[in-house]
Amino acid sequence: MKRGHLLTFFIIAVAVVYIGKLFFLQVASQSNQTPLQSSTVKKIFDYPERGYIYDRNNTLLVTNKTSYNLMVIPREVQPLDTLEFCKLLHIDKNYFLTKFHKAKKWSPRLPSVFLAHLSKEDYAYLQEKMHRYKGFYIDKKSLRYYPFNSAANILGYVNEVNDETAKKNPYYQSGELIGTTGVEKQYENLLRGTKGVKYLQRDHFNKIIGPFKNGSYDTLPTAGKDLTLTLDIELQQYGESLMKGKRGGIVAIEPSSGEIISLITMPNYDPNLMVGRLRSKYSVQFFNDSINKPMYDRSLLAQYAPGSPFKMIQGLIGLQENIITPQTSFRCHHGYRYGARAKEIMGCHCGIVNEPIRLRRGIAKSCNSYFSNVYRRIIEKYPSAGEGMDAWSAHAKSFGLGQYLGYDLPQGQKGLIPDAALYDRWYPDGRWRATYTISNAIGQGQILTTPIQLANMTAAIANRGFYYTPHILKDSNDGQPLSSKYTTKHQTTIDKNHFAPIIEGMHDVFKSGTAKHVRLKDIEICGKTGTAENFKRINGQKVQFEDHSIFVAFAPKDKPKIALVVYIENGGFGSMIAAPITSLMIEKYLTGTITNKWWEQKMLDTNLKHEYEKQLQFVETSEE
Amino acid sequence: MRAQRNNIFFGIDFTLVFLYVLLVLFGWMNIYAASHSDLQSDLFDFGTKYGKQLLWIGMSFFLTVLILLIDAKTYEKFASIIYMISLLSLMCLFLFGKKINGATSWYDFGGFSIQPSEFAKFAAVLALARLLSDRQYDLKLLKNQIKAFIIIFLPAIFITLQPDPGSGLVYTAFFFVLYREGLPIYYIAVGLVAIALFILTLAFGFNTVLLCCYVVLTLFILYLRYYRKISLKFHWLKIMGLFAIIGLFVFSVDYIYNNIFEQRHRDRFNILLGKNTDTRGVGYNTNQSVLTIKSGGFSGKGYLQGDRTQGDFVPEQDTDYIFSTIGEEWGFIGTSLVVLIFTLFVLRILQLAERQKTTFSRVYGYGIATVFFFHYLINIGMVIGLFPTIGIPLPFFSYGGSGLWGFTILLFIFIKLDASKSYEL
Repeated sequence: MKRGHLLTFFIIAVAVVYIGKLFFLQVASQSNQTPLQSSTVKKIFDYPERGYIYDRNNTLLVTNKTSYNLMVIPREVQPLDTLEFCKLLHIDKNYFLTKFHKAKKWSPRLPSVFLAHLSKEDYAYLQEKMHRYKGFYIDKKSLRYYPFNSAANILGYVNEVNDETAKKNPYYQSGELIGTTGVEKQYENLLRGTKGVKYLQRDHFNKIIGPFKNGSYDTLPTAGKDLTLTLDIELQQYGESLMKGKRGGIVAIEPSSGEIISLITMPNYDPNLMVGRLRSKYSVQFFNDSINKPMYDRSLLAQYAPGSPFKMIQGLIGLQENIITPQTSFRCHHGYRYGARAKEIMGCHCGIVNEPIRLRRGIAKSCNSYFSNVYRRIIEKYPSAGEGMDAWSAHAKSFGLGQYLGYDLPQGQKGLIPDAALYDRWYPDGRWRATYTISNAIGQGQILTTPIQLANMTAAIANRGFYYTPHILKDSNDGQPLSSKYTTKHQTTIDKNHFAPIIEGMHDVFKSGTAKHVRLKDIEICGKTGTAENFKRINGQKVQFEDHSIFVAFAPKDKPKIALVVYIENGGFGSMIAAPITSLMIEKYLTGTITNKWWEQKMLDTNLKHEYEKQLQFVETSEE
Repeated sequence: MRAQRNNIFFGIDFTLVFLYVLLVLFGWMNIYAASHSDLQSDLFDFGTKYGKQLLWIGMSFFLTVLILLIDAKTYEKFASIIYMISLLSLMCLFLFGKKINGATSWYDFGGFSIQPSEFAKFAAVLALARLLSDRQYDLKLLKNQIKAFIIIFLPAIFITLQPDPGSGLVYTAFFFVLYREGLPIYYIAVGLVAIALFILTLAFGFNTVLLCCYVVLTLFILYLRYYRKISLKFHWLKIMGLFAIIGLFVFSVDYIYNNIFEQRHRDRFNILLGKNTDTRGVGYNTNQSVLTIKSGGFSGKGYLQGDRTQGDFVPEQDTDYIFSTIGEEWGFIGTSLVVLIFTLFVLRILQLAERQKTTFSRVYGYGIATVFFFHYLINIGMVIGLFPTIGIPLPFFSYGGSGLWGFTILLFIFIKLDASKSYEL
């Protein structure tokens, strides 16, 4: 070997090793990374303005308010006249020094909040002066604003997206805002629009040095849609004022369309307290209030026994099943005896003794005996109690009871309409019959409904046999028609002609029955009072409290414009609180004025605080 | 004959010149990529690094013309004097030098600075060529070996003391020259074994390496004794000596590493051997440079499109780490091409050197080939994470006037020598 070859060999060997190593680095071990995921690219989002929300009369319900924060990048701050600067911001020098030191400690290169929530006036003034203070700038942030302190349960609020959602839904980054409840949640995708993306190039200090590839990867934001709701904010506010001091809910629906006119729950909260930096403070307060439960939407979630209003359904099923006619009569002896033993009697307050009672009167006077007879006949029409029960159950369910209604709000409860399977489970030997479940006849027993289900049931009666799924969205203002889900007629199993005697009976309630005292001169209202017994299980003991006060109604009698339910927890007899509120609501909605000033004042003054405190005391004493 | 002498371009090797121009221009493009910012767009803004480099490149053109004008024999004649001046300038650094980045390697002349170590290389090569050009010079003699070593190591020691150990290390390249001219193979063999033992000791520890060495050595002796039937009777002293030397060496590596090396030196080796995975502190440079090269992929991100380069993620990217810019913006195509061009460039110099008719020219050619080779070997090795961090420029690519001029002078003296061979003798 010639001596010169050694070096040549080394040189070629090095070339081979280096190219091999480079091949390994640059070709063999490449991961499929797009240039946008590179550590030098910073992705920032361009957020469009969140859509506004209007009510059915185009009154603005939700808008955006800009919040201004003074930001600082400590490294870029030049020596400044501190005294003047502090005067400008109305802060003292100590605040300036501690804040500045804190920001510097966190990061000298990245912006941090120096002074939060400047007022609009301060912003306008400061904006002109800010250029003199290098390293300080004002950052604008959009917050939700609710001009009416009302309808918080419907509108909902926006909150920072939680980690779980952010992980599941790639659209959201942790820290971004997302509709958390109500319409804000239900129509999040319409309201938020689509955020734009900007890619920025950054250096090794994480400092932005300009757009990445001149912005060729960037996308533009699309604005959020403004929503028009079916809500009538005037009625909503009026209802909320009537409900002050009480617990319960009001649901009003337009029967001809299924539009929700108002949806009131009480106690509620001020939506403006769930905004921006106030939210963390107040959400703790609201969510932890286990006595008033302001975040609990009773109109959608509370499951109560419907009580007497269910008698209409009972009557309709009876007519449809052909076991009664409008002329069929029963007698009442202060109650209905369904067994031989002394306690096997269902009491009745109709007060009609030794006189046959027909359907219309039975409704008007709310006779328990009448409907117990009807219920028993329905069940016993079939060879077995089970078959009878299922037939009855199917009729009741066709009114939207015992199931999720499918409305466009993100919460709900199914309620309960019992069927044979339920009782078969309770009585496995199959020995149960109509008398075992006789409480169902008067809307007690196992039946549970939410206020919105009851309102929908009333709308179906008002429509004489059909309903539209209740909904809160009237128009998404994007040219898209409403989802067919809300424009499809749901037919009940009851024929149209059967409704007349029931509606006449409901009309009599205002003419001569339990709501005579709150009738209106020009408006024909059909309604039904209800009083539901309620028990609470406290420390294993069944304790009875003041009855729930219920009223369902629709008006006018022909071509009804509003169907509603008023449910007052522990409100006593239905005609005392629920009926006047119903009457006031209907008058307010249909005429815009109130003639019944005396009742209005009385309802505004009624406060059931003492009743609720009684429950609380009971809990407290029994715990001792 | 006369006409040929007057034409300064006669006989020069255009392959080399072409490769040189290619490297310089591509180098400048990458300096531009690594140091430009959107604010400055004027190519001839001499306040910027790429502007200054363009000025150096322009001036080196005049330098090449000047070198080609000077008679080839001048270099041989003045080799000793040039070497002396070079040594003097290195020594005076300790008196008048300017400290930049912790090393006193610069003379500051107001507006610009000069780094004498970049010019000392060609002085050392000249001196070595002059020494070995004596036909009677036999490198098998220890006396002659020592003379050569002194020429090599005198500037190397001064440079290492600046301290700039990276540039000092380049002088070991001359062992290849000496070997070509007759130095026994032991030197290189022992050197390579020493490097291998050094790395193995650091990687696996003192005890393991010592044990393995002894086992291998014992097996080798047994092999000699029983298979080759070589009598070891008279060699026991040598064998014992071998064991002792290896033991001493491995021990001293361990000792030097733990007691004489500073922590920063230890860190560099630890990162290379994967013992230290800190990518934020001491491992930052290497890690960022490897990541940057990796991010280029097969075809790179495109010229001036290197986002990591523009974000200044790699420190010293326009000087020692310029290769990472090539890696990011030109990808594997660019990096492998640069390695290939350097390889061709050095092999071409070797090829021409072997063709020289005088020993002086041959040694000189060999000398500069090894200098170029060691520079890109160490520099690229460091940037792609195969070598520890040793600050040494990539010829023609790294920013810096002294470096560019030093390498240009090295190359063009050889081109002149090569061009002159046809009418010499």
